[in-house]
Amino acid sequence: MAVPTGTLHLAAAIDGDGRYQAPYYVELARLAEEGTLDFITLDDTFGPPGPGRGRLDALAVLARVAPATGRIGLVPTVTTTHTEPFHVSSAVATLDWVSRGRAGWRVEVSATEAEARLVGRRPAAPAGELWAEAGEVADVVARLWDSWEDDAEIRDTATGRFIDRDKLHYVDFEGAHFSVRGPAIVPRPPQGHPVVAVAATDPVTWQTAARHADVVYLRATSPEEAGRIRDELKRRAVAHGREPGSLTVLAALAVDLADGEGAPGTAPAVNAPVTPADTPGGPPLYRGGPAGLAELITGWHTADAVDGFHITPVAPRHDLERFVNGTVAPLQHRGLFRTCYPGATLRDHLGLSRPASRYALEREAAR
Amino acid sequence: MSRQHKQIHLAAHFPGVNNTTVWTDPRSRSQIDFDSFEHLARTAERGLFDFFFLAEGLRLREHNGRIHDLDVVGRPESITVLNALAAVTERLGLAATVNATFNEPYELARRLASLDHLSGGRAAWNVVTSSDAFTGENFRRGGFLDRADRYTRAAEFVATARELWDSWTPDGTPRPFAHTGRHFTIDGEFGVPRSPQGHPVVIQAGDSDEGREFAASAADIIFTRHGSLEAGRTFYADVKRRLARYGRAPEELKIMPGVTLVLGDTAADAQEKAAEIRLQQVSPQTALLTLEQIWGVDLSGYDPDGPLPDIDPDPDSQLTQGRVRHGDPLAVAAKWRALSEEKGLSIRQTVIEANGRQSFIGTPEAVAAQMAEFVATDAADGFILVPHLTPGGLDDFVGRVVPLLQERGVFRTAYTGTTLRDHLGLPYPGERG
Repeated sequence: MAVPTGTLHLAAAIDGDGRYQAPYYVELARLAEEGTLDFITLDDTFGPPGPGRGRLDALAVLARVAPATGRIGLVPTVTTTHTEPFHVSSAVATLDWVSRGRAGWRVEVSATEAEARLVGRRPAAPAGELWAEAGEVADVVARLWDSWEDDAEIRDTATGRFIDRDKLHYVDFEGAHFSVRGPAIVPRPPQGHPVVAVAATDPVTWQTAARHADVVYLRATSPEEAGRIRDELKRRAVAHGREPGSLTVLAALAVDLADGEGAPGTAPAVNAPVTPADTPGGPPLYRGGPAGLAELITGWHTADAVDGFHITPVAPRHDLERFVNGTVAPLQHRGLFRTCYPGATLRDHLGLSRPASRYALEREAAR
Repeated sequence: MSRQHKQIHLAAHFPGVNNTTVWTDPRSRSQIDFDSFEHLARTAERGLFDFFFLAEGLRLREHNGRIHDLDVVGRPESITVLNALAAVTERLGLAATVNATFNEPYELARRLASLDHLSGGRAAWNVVTSSDAFTGENFRRGGFLDRADRYTRAAEFVATARELWDSWTPDGTPRPFAHTGRHFTIDGEFGVPRSPQGHPVVIQAGDSDEGREFAASAADIIFTRHGSLEAGRTFYADVKRRLARYGRAPEELKIMPGVTLVLGDTAADAQEKAAEIRLQQVSPQTALLTLEQIWGVDLSGYDPDGPLPDIDPDPDSQLTQGRVRHGDPLAVAAKWRALSEEKGLSIRQTVIEANGRQSFIGTPEAVAAQMAEFVATDAADGFILVPHLTPGGLDDFVGRVVPLLQERGVFRTAYTGTTLRDHLGLPYPGERG
């Protein structure tokens, strides 16, 4: 059996359809933070999540959550198909500012004709084309984050200059669907680059994920399958000139902890199986007790199949509470998972370094 | 008990990217850290203000082909900051300036409705437009609209957003919408249920004839600038008169000029401080740059402490980008020359004299009296205060002037409602049939 190569990372979705008030989300975020999870995610779609259903803008919700929490990473889904890349860049950078370095975003596309009709600008397109565009958006967004060097604001009273304009840069990005001149309006965010996540649950997303993502969630029902996909993603990342360690690979898992152990005489379900998703594209399901889930996580991690897990509690309030108290606690007890946050930013939690601005590096190199 | 006085509405503007903000002052803090926004918002809420107001930037200003570097540059994205401020305030309205030219109605209506939900009914949208291909270079469409189309698009944009906001029934069921118009042809289901205010409050900025008409038809607040009591009264009467055309009552549109203020312990002290602040705002470099923005030519060889240039402006100049050139440059230059000659002013002194905004300068008592007079005599319904310091620029106003307004009975002593519509006394929009 292989030895795990790194620290275990845990993240949780706090989705809650039909929840339109902040206290629900704040409560779940604080619970996840008590469990010292790396980050929480909040799903989103450009259109309604389904006929007759509603949801709030995910980035808005997590901006509302930011001042009510202290350490936990905040990763909303932000779609790229019908939105403006410049606005996306500004909003995610601003989430990083208001959370003091805890922002990420999950890149997602909008493939349906119904969503296209909400904008009326262009028809729906195939997923491959949309993911290629999503990659372009991730690219230009990162360039915009780099377009202000970290020390561009100088406040030099002697010359009357607030900024050093030589440390601001045009990105001059030309994509297949859009172009952006730059520079950003928002100064470089605290993390340099907020964390980019992709739910790589479908091979159509793999190329974009391997090239642009810091965190991916994959879909697998066994450690062997997860390990194969992780290797493929890392191989592609290396082909794009990236360090394999710069990609954190999590297994996506829906968890239903409603039943299972807890009753006297019930043995924990060691290495409980996960069942394939019954919804297309959805994560596979673990159903059982929280201690059994701790065993499963330990098993996959020990097999070095993944760097951690992104769990989606089926009943967020109940399952997340059981996860934190019944799954995370034993993992901490075994020394597999941290008991406190060693740093302040999401990059710190993930062990990712803070990237330097590419324009600053170019300028240095040109000297 | 004396009769009820007309009440003053107050809002706080977080200083933006122009030379109003004195960043050279040692008390000046970050224009981007959340602490700064929190400080000003909490101050405004302590002062029982109606709302907190954020401007927007979509392209950095340029002058002579280079990024402008003299003033505060860079700011966060408005709606995201306001969602975060909703966590650290309870009653304060939260107003975001968002451009109708470089957004789409579905997405923006969704973001504003989300802010209204997350803040418990405190969202407002300041609708602005752009005619500027320079800004368009950052966006998918890339292009721009001519002046007339800006307002037809903005009007259709607001109307479409209202259709979306109205598309959920109060019992929480979405009804399909379909909008067919000149600028937008869209249909589907809106993704956010009806928000606490029904429609976030709509603010319109601008003094032009089209702007006034648009405000009279569609806005809840008009954010304006006018220099004197008389000009204020004329504007007020004109805009309020237009409301009847749209079946609206005069009190359904609040008129709120943006104003600066300087407080002192005596009148002379306040005047002295105001003069110092103007010198800080208009540095020698800023004076020359302001002149170049009007003249449209390089004036770097001129002495800011010397006389105005004797050459004429270039009316077709593209020297300045990302900033509106107000009025005919030749006429403005002639006016400034006359001002300079009449009073014997240098370039810098002329800029200070000509560009002074509506200000309340004086002791707290005097400022409270002036504000009360403006509102009592129908020159305004209230004010959007633009502090010159970030983020402490309203500390003194809230500590020293608000209590005096309360003593006069012209300002609330407690919030009486929870939503921005409550604070403004605005009706809640009804359901569509």
